[in-house]
Amino acid sequence: MSIEIRDLEKVYRLGTEKGRAIEVRALDGVSLTIQPNEYVAIMGTSGSGKSTLMNILGCLDKPTAGQYVLSGIPVHKMSTSALARVRNEQIGFVFQSFELLARQTALKNVMLPMVYSRRHWLGARKRAKDALALVGLGDRTHHRPNQLSGGQRQRVAVARALVNQPSILLADEPTGNLDSVTTNEIIALFEELHDSGQTIIIVTHEEEVAGHAKRIVRLSDGKVISDFPTDKDPIHQDFLRSKAATAQRMAQAVQA
Amino acid sequence: MILLTPVMMVLRVLSQTVLLALVQIFNNKIRTFLTTLGIIVAVASIILVMGALSGMQRGVLDQFEQFGVKRVFMDGRLPRSMRGKMSWSDVQLKIEEVEAVREHVTSLAHFCPMYFGSYSVQYNELILEGIRSAGIEPSWHDIEHRDILNGRRFTKIDLEQRRNVCVINEKAIEELNMPTNAVGEFVLLSGRRFLVVGIVETMENSAMFGGGDAQTEIYIPITTAMNLNPDGWINFAQGELKDADMAMDAVAEITFVLRKMRGLEPDEEDTFDVEVMQEYLEDFKKIGLVMTMITGAVVLVSLVVGGIGIMNIMLVSVSERTREIGLRKAMGAHPMVILLQFLVEAVVLCLAGAVFGIAVGQLGLMGIRQAHEMLEEAAAPLWAIVLSAGLSALAGIGFGMFPAIRASLLNPIDALRHE
Repeated sequence: MSIEIRDLEKVYRLGTEKGRAIEVRALDGVSLTIQPNEYVAIMGTSGSGKSTLMNILGCLDKPTAGQYVLSGIPVHKMSTSALARVRNEQIGFVFQSFELLARQTALKNVMLPMVYSRRHWLGARKRAKDALALVGLGDRTHHRPNQLSGGQRQRVAVARALVNQPSILLADEPTGNLDSVTTNEIIALFEELHDSGQTIIIVTHEEEVAGHAKRIVRLSDGKVISDFPTDKDPIHQDFLRSKAATAQRMAQAVQA
Repeated sequence: MILLTPVMMVLRVLSQTVLLALVQIFNNKIRTFLTTLGIIVAVASIILVMGALSGMQRGVLDQFEQFGVKRVFMDGRLPRSMRGKMSWSDVQLKIEEVEAVREHVTSLAHFCPMYFGSYSVQYNELILEGIRSAGIEPSWHDIEHRDILNGRRFTKIDLEQRRNVCVINEKAIEELNMPTNAVGEFVLLSGRRFLVVGIVETMENSAMFGGGDAQTEIYIPITTAMNLNPDGWINFAQGELKDADMAMDAVAEITFVLRKMRGLEPDEEDTFDVEVMQEYLEDFKKIGLVMTMITGAVVLVSLVVGGIGIMNIMLVSVSERTREIGLRKAMGAHPMVILLQFLVEAVVLCLAGAVFGIAVGQLGLMGIRQAHEMLEEAAAPLWAIVLSAGLSALAGIGFGMFPAIRASLLNPIDALRHE
């Protein structure tokens, strides 16, 4: 099992007013199980708790209550500094705005997680090159981020996320800063990775992007409100139908 | 191997950080220069002052060496508390006192009384007025170690028979227009004929003892000189220690003998002065210490000012790179590793300042070497260079700590959202 979450709660205290503590219940009893090689999209409007869930899944934040077991590791019990190692070895992050180091080459950017790894440094360069080749940038290793397109930058970020062979790839709005062409590039890359056995969790608010995942988990007010395989998700099916209808109307309009 | 991996990781982070910091310094030369100005001033002043001081010390030691570290001086002195009771002439040295010292003081190898007089000197038709002549004993030669260029030294016989003989220096030959080998010639000293028996080399006065050009010198036996001297006292006495280490023993011994001879009560001050070269050395060391302390204060202030500059620029760096810190943390960098990264950066910045400061200091020393002959050998000792670099690194650690701790404590979620 890749991820097992039980009754996860996250409460933020925003201070006190008239002697009463003001609390925001960002996650309110979330339970979720994700198997290896799953491709899951987590969806929700802003304030639904999806960012909080992602932070906890990525071991960047700790739950107030509940259990989180990642690849057999009970991470909810771990200290903040111990979580650093878990992040390094178990999780590959992809961010909306790439977060590449501007002054460093693609290769050096991809090597970054290995700098903090306890694994042997020997062969780090080779592993980074392999990761770049895997995302189709084998010929761009010595380019700096400003010499690459948005799609290429995000692919460098994906290579960086994969280089330590994490058990899950965690992507937060990975196409949020991309145009439709490069969005498709990244979506295709994710599908490829999924086909080769990578567990992927993608957090997004775009139905279009979520549709490429195999399972959609929807959050609202800190609770899971639906959890279906993509082809059985009613909201997504509605979206596909309306999209098809729009496309048809557009086609008719063009013909007329 | 398992134990070594964290060490290897730290080394990896260190080497990468040092490299990154160097690139950053190279890319922001003006910013680096302005930031590290305090450090540069501190380091340059350490190098300059320590270099000048050690050069001066070497120069002074050279002069001591030249003059003789074993030298002892003795003369009469009227202490303030005795001014009412006795006059200046009462405290002048007597020949008998010098003889008593010579007899009883074991730490002295040689001891010689000296009496100076000023006479008119005539050779052929040439008359020179106000020439300093010194009455001495043969032991003078053993103390001064001057070469005899022609003729001979004074002998005991010259002394005992109060002979009218003299030893002159080369300068006197020149001034009096005498033949190069003046031995056998006669000069008139206050109207009395003196046979020149020996020529000694001319010595320049060292800078420490008034400096200036060599003077015409005429030496005669002190017994002969005392005949010309109605007062019966001598000016001073000088001696040579058996060993340079015996300086303080000699002072104690001479003081004991003279106090006894002069019948001084325990509550009365010495009516004479005994000086050894070592005392001058101690004085010089004290001056050096004071200068070192003043420099220390300047260095401390500029290190603090420089350190604050470093802290400021590191705080700017941390806030400029908040997202990068967040990213590194998300990638699994332990807070301690982040702390180390920023600390190393601060230290590298300080060391860059130190290197520049050392260069400025060395340039300054080149100028100082030209400034005065006493400073010709001014050079920064290795320990001063190491110390200044060490202090800069320490300032980097001290003042880089706060920004580094701030960086290490950043929450990765907030840091990644930072605009």
